Amino acid sequence: MDPTSPDTTRDLFADLVAAIAAGRDRAAFVKLFEHFAPRVKSYLMRLGCQAAEADELAQESLLAVWQKAATFDRRQSAVSTWLFTIARNKRIDAIRRARRPELDPEDPALVPATPEQADQILQAAQSARQLHTAIAGLPEDQRELLVLAFFQEKSHSDIAVATGLPLGTVKSRIRLAMQRLRAVIEER
Amino acid sequence: MVAAAIPQFRPGGQPAHHLSEELLLAYATGGLSEAVALVAAAHLTLCPSCRAELARAQAIGGALVEATPPVAMQAGALDRLLARLDQPAPPAEERLTAGSRDRDIPGPLRAYLPADAENLPWRKVIAGLYEYKLDLPGHQGMASLLRIIPGKAMPQHTHRGHEMTLVLRGDFDDKTGHYGAGDLALTDDTVDHQPVAGAHADCIALAVTDAPLKLTGTFGRLLNPFIRF
Repeated sequence: MDPTSPDTTRDLFADLVAAIAAGRDRAAFVKLFEHFAPRVKSYLMRLGCQAAEADELAQESLLAVWQKAATFDRRQSAVSTWLFTIARNKRIDAIRRARRPELDPEDPALVPATPEQADQILQAAQSARQLHTAIAGLPEDQRELLVLAFFQEKSHSDIAVATGLPLGTVKSRIRLAMQRLRAVIEER
Repeated sequence: MVAAAIPQFRPGGQPAHHLSEELLLAYATGGLSEAVALVAAAHLTLCPSCRAELARAQAIGGALVEATPPVAMQAGALDRLLARLDQPAPPAEERLTAGSRDRDIPGPLRAYLPADAENLPWRKVIAGLYEYKLDLPGHQGMASLLRIIPGKAMPQHTHRGHEMTLVLRGDFDDKTGHYGAGDLALTDDTVDHQPVAGAHADCIALAVTDAPLKLTGTFGRLLNPFIRF
């Protein structure tokens, strides 16, 4: 893949969010809904939600996109990443009444990043499309374990039990997959 | 009475001891319990390099959501949602500020503290070691702020599960290394250790375990029934 090619997928979705922020653009919202709601629903079902609840939480997640469009910063995050964290939070809030301790970027106690670290964060934010391609290209065994770790919230030892693989194999395959994807982010 | 004044600064520099890859991934996906998520969020506040790792994990999570085979939404879901768009948005989430205004205590933790570190109702555990238990309903292990006077050794102990200790002020040493502000010590039941606070200032740390501590030293065994960590 040509790293200099324009990242049109990301731009399109971020443009839609910008249109909502600027002009309460309902047509833009419909496009975002049609692309992301069924994927967020699928993600939530993999996390263990029943279909009806996943549908409900996917709707709530998209509603949050409409309501918070003005706070979205396309330099800091791809729309898919933003929705991933919104859906994560909706689900935590739905399954437990406890508080949800969360990193706050405005926290006065935040230890600032060096310029190099800030760069790494931006690189991660801007690598959505390359990551998509790289995930499709992972060896099946690595991709499966990565999906289990991300989508089923299983600890490495749970995954070892569920798959019958030795714990060391689980750890090394997940590490390999993460390293490959990290290399994609860093090559940007 | 607490023996030494708490220094009101956190020495510069970034943490050297970090979240494990597994914990970071679990934080990103929302898979951590409230107590462990609290330690993770507090460390992330103090650790830009873990924040960069988190950004990578979130980008990968977003890409995985993007790559997941879509599941059709219920009939009428879009129309129902469109009908709600004009309703006023709920007020922005209130930041939980509680009573602590310490600017060096990570926000996620401040939300659990009724007062500044200096004015917390510290409970004496043994001479030189004080504890403030966080209110975390349903949490099975320990979740406390610990305050150790300079040079004081914690009772020697091992764990039935995992222990996470995040240094907030001061520093401590044990056989696994040196831990300063922002550093996260992760130990499990294979580690029998005895942290010793640095000589110059009180050490304040957030300690969370997923099972009660098991004290192992002679002194520890004697105290065990009374400490009730």
